[in-house]
Amino acid sequence: MSSLNEGATSRPGSSGFENRAFVAWEPSALELERRAIRRKQNHRNVIIASLSSVLVLGTLLVVAITSPGWKSLTDTFFKWAYGFEVLPKIILGFTTNILLTIIAATCVAIFGMAIALTRTSRSPALTPFRILATIYVDIFRGIPMLLIILLVGFGIPALRLRGLTNNVLILGTTAVVITYSAYVAEVLRSGILTVHPSQRAAARSLGLSNFQTLRHVVLPQALRRVTPPLLNDLVSLIKDTGLVSILGVTDAVRAAQISSSRSFNYTPYVMAAILFLMVTIPLTRFTDRTMRHAIERQNAQGMA
Amino acid sequence: MSAHVLSLVGVRKSFGSEVVLEDISFNVPVHTATVFIGASGSGKSTLLRCINLLDGIDDGVISLDGQSISDPRVNTDEIRRKLGMVFQSFNLFPHMTVMENVTLAPIRVQGLTKSDAEEQAAELLKRFGLLDKAKSYPDRLSGGQQQRVAIIRSLAVRPRLLLLDEITSALDPVLVNEVLSTVRDLKRDGMTMVLATHEMGFAKQVADEVCFLHKGRIVEWGSPEQVIDSPRDPRTQDFLKRVHEAGRL
Ligand SMILES: Nc1ncnc2c1ncn2[C@@H]1O[C@H](COP(=O)(O)OP(=O)(O)OP(=O)(O)O)[C@@H](O)[C@H]1O
Ligand SMILES: [Mg+2]
Repeated sequence: MSSLNEGATSRPGSSGFENRAFVAWEPSALELERRAIRRKQNHRNVIIASLSSVLVLGTLLVVAITSPGWKSLTDTFFKWAYGFEVLPKIILGFTTNILLTIIAATCVAIFGMAIALTRTSRSPALTPFRILATIYVDIFRGIPMLLIILLVGFGIPALRLRGLTNNVLILGTTAVVITYSAYVAEVLRSGILTVHPSQRAAARSLGLSNFQTLRHVVLPQALRRVTPPLLNDLVSLIKDTGLVSILGVTDAVRAAQISSSRSFNYTPYVMAAILFLMVTIPLTRFTDRTMRHAIERQNAQGMA
Repeated sequence: MSAHVLSLVGVRKSFGSEVVLEDISFNVPVHTATVFIGASGSGKSTLLRCINLLDGIDDGVISLDGQSISDPRVNTDEIRRKLGMVFQSFNLFPHMTVMENVTLAPIRVQGLTKSDAEEQAAELLKRFGLLDKAKSYPDRLSGGQQQRVAIIRSLAVRPRLLLLDEITSALDPVLVNEVLSTVRDLKRDGMTMVLATHEMGFAKQVADEVCFLHKGRIVEWGSPEQVIDSPRDPRTQDFLKRVHEAGRL
């Protein structure tokens, strides 16, 4: 392929000089030849990929199935008939995870944005809030979320204060929101800081107020930049809602646990795992795509 | 009302212990262009930023149409509406189309309806030959087109005074000319301007007055012929000699 002289014939259809604008472009013989070669290369690549996949995956499968533990493994984890029997209960539990995700994500978006804006503002009136926000972020990013869930979920009811809820679902959600707001605030803040200072100056010199500059110029650019990491956090959030099961919330994990402890079979856990994957895998793929687009856009901007 | 659109008296600006502008005084009469030349770091950008109230000054007075704008009690947003500014780069908002860039301030600041603002913007874009780019995003425009859109955007709020800070220094020579011809058009239309530039040929074409800035002080000023073609101050002579050697005259 490298023997083809690319430069010499790189202008296909340049024969009829005057009529060139009117003649539809036809690929030259050279280009047709190149396409044929590329097609052949593609075919070969597909064949190699399929062969190696069949070989590797097939070997793994055969080794697994013929191993002495295979029978007891499938009986313990993949007893599908039993799995489908308990599936409705697990799905019911999973709706709690989804609901919790939606409510928590909304609260985290609002709370995280408030913290990020406080931390990036330069207004002297907000100085005490800026200090508080910094402390907040430092503390709650540094503690395992499981500890926060335990502290909030069991600690607050232990206070026996009137007017405070003992509802484990609300307490669990609160703990998740507290932790995730700290993460998301930092992601948003980094997005705000990467907007070039000239953009702010340009907006201010047009007469836009501080708030208008934030609303129309800074935030739209910042949010676009941090969409991929925010989507990553959303995937983590969905998974981490499973942690509130420790408080006794009947979510998918808890529902699976109940079924499993009755039958001494672990298939319910596998069913719960599959439910989580059905949501998280598409979301992860989507995140990947968004990230690729973001990078492409950034490269395009760098060239302009 | 004063005959001068802009006047500075004894303006001083420092960053920490570094004095960047010292004893700057000049007047800009209506419909004229004042061009600042000077070495990199001489304080040209800082001067324009101070006039636009993006940076505060340490001493002196800046007045716009006879009203002091360096008074801490003035409404800075209101003053900035009367001033248009175009920077060296990163002017346009990358998440907005050309049309949205140009109509943002008329809609949000001046309170025009969207259709009125777009009509006015289309007229401006058409006048400067950029109407076909109205729906494009900035990253689809050439550097020269981007700077011209930035100029148009600052015109859309009908400023009293336009501040242009080395608007061609990030462009290659071919694109420089199209931006400069846009500025010449503005000059012909009677826009009052303060510019900072490295292009001496351009300075000669548009300037009514040229000021040479050296280490934060205006050491020589006058007509472009006088300052650029027959400078009297040895520091101006030295600067122009170096510009000449760099092949920019
Ligand atoms: N925000 C700032 N903080 C501290 N020093 C600054 C700041 N902005 C500018 N300076 C200093 O002020 C001096 C003048 O800078 P300025 O940008 O005004 O120069 P300039 O004449 O525009 O140069 P150029 O031709 O390279 O654009 C420089 O020495 C610079 O280091
Ligand atoms: Mg500068």
